[in-house]
Amino acid sequence: MIEISHLTKRYGALTAVDDISFNVEAGQVLGFLGPNGAGKSTTMKMITGFLSPTAGSIRVCGHDVEREPIAAKSCMGYLPEGAPSYAEMSVRAFLNFIADVRGLSAQRRRARLDDVIERLGLAGVLEQVIETLSKGFRRRVGLAQALLHDPQVLILDETTDGLDPNQKHEVRTLINAMSKDKIIVISTHILEEVDAVCNRAIIIASGKILADDTPQALAARAPSGRLDDVFRQITTGAKPAREKEVAHA
Amino acid sequence: MHNVRAIFRREFASYFATPLAFVFIVIFLLLAGVFAFYLGGFYERGQADLTPFFTYHPWLYLFLIPALSMRLWAEERKSGSIELLMTLPVTAWQAVLGKYLAAWCFAGVALALTFPMWITVNYLGEPDNGAILAAYIGSFLMAGGLLAIGACISATTRNQVIAFIFTVVICFGFLLSGFPLVLNLFKGWAPQAVVDAVASLSFLTHFGSISKGVIDLRDLLYFGTMIAAWLAANVIVLEMKKAD
Ligand SMILES: Nc1ncnc2c1ncn2[C@@H]1O[C@H](COP(=O)(O)OP(=O)(O)OP(=O)(O)O)[C@@H](O)[C@H]1O
Ligand SMILES: [Mg+2]
Repeated sequence: MIEISHLTKRYGALTAVDDISFNVEAGQVLGFLGPNGAGKSTTMKMITGFLSPTAGSIRVCGHDVEREPIAAKSCMGYLPEGAPSYAEMSVRAFLNFIADVRGLSAQRRRARLDDVIERLGLAGVLEQVIETLSKGFRRRVGLAQALLHDPQVLILDETTDGLDPNQKHEVRTLINAMSKDKIIVISTHILEEVDAVCNRAIIIASGKILADDTPQALAARAPSGRLDDVFRQITTGAKPAREKEVAHA
Repeated sequence: MHNVRAIFRREFASYFATPLAFVFIVIFLLLAGVFAFYLGGFYERGQADLTPFFTYHPWLYLFLIPALSMRLWAEERKSGSIELLMTLPVTAWQAVLGKYLAAWCFAGVALALTFPMWITVNYLGEPDNGAILAAYIGSFLMAGGLLAIGACISATTRNQVIAFIFTVVICFGFLLSGFPLVLNLFKGWAPQAVVDAVASLSFLTHFGSISKGVIDLRDLLYFGTMIAAWLAANVIVLEMKKAD
């Protein structure tokens, strides 16, 4: 369970996240949507304990992220935007390092490593140095790192950015398979992905929540029944297509 | 504890994953030799000891240690991997300690590779090996102190060049704080106690007394406190300024 209450983050005069509150329950796959600069990444960085909120509180798995950071971080897997990693390491060495820090026992480590390597198709690049990987593979390594300890809560910032269609499909299947008892928060600009994997969607803009519903219910708000139109309508204030036609007539 | 070990191992291995380790060690050995033989008159003195070798260590370290420490945190900030590291279940202390110890051990490896000097003096004469060992310990401690300063400064910026320059300047101040150059800045307006305190902070004074072969508890305490204080400052900098 993630409990966010009155979360605010200011950068000087700019309020990147503006007093938002919401809970995410086990079994939910939350799609975090919003235009560029809406505050999605900032919110995720606060949930994962990288940024300290200016105000408000976050609890993950019952642990306050500011007061019990280690317990909260232990139950989370996080793929930061841009999938940073240690460029000079080989994929194998990098995943081993993550397994060390996550404190996986020898037996579990082998099983988990085999599992993520197979799921993300990393077997062929294990000995390759990360900085020589293509963008999509770097992203897969980042995802493997987040999944390695089979966390209860997964925070994925632009998960499928740069993945080829096969891998996108693979990752969506993976998320669907994991979603039953976990909490997954993904930010994305690919709205079809929301349809494919999310059972809840939050649209934010300028740090405020503008909509919070199931993707189906959201899509139904536009006459066209398309999430894209709803997204545009909500975040730009544009009128739905059919109303415009009516106005013209 | 397993976190410190994991970070230490990763960090230590990363020196050898790039040409950095090789370049650093070669330059260090080369300069250490040049200083000892040309400036120190290692042969001409006709004495079997390593004094000319150790005398120049502080000056060697003044430029080489900041080159080693500048990447510690600035690089993590630049590449964004700090976001990964700080969202793993490790405390700032564990991360600081793991990284610092790796850098210190690496400096230790470079220092240990000067052992041919030691073999040479033993071949040429009958040196006081106890004094040589003490000097090695002093040199290693001094490297540790300077590295702690560098680690802390590296955490304040994402620019390695800035980290390097500030570290050199601050290390220079600490090396010379027992000398008129620095003390004159304080004399005249500060009370004598402050001047004495500044003088007692000098790396050179403490290194000097250890390298004469006397390991005094006060000198050990000095280096220990110095390292602990700078690492604590490193932790504070990290916690105040995790992002960017
Ligand atoms: N370190 C920072 N200093 C100042 N402003 C920042 C900083 N980081 C982010 N911001 C600002 O905060 C706002 C929200 O940024 P954020 O990265 O959360 O957006 P986002 O929703 O993830 O956008 P995108 O879809 O482009 O990834 C932006 O206006 C951004 O310029
Ligand atoms: Mg973002």
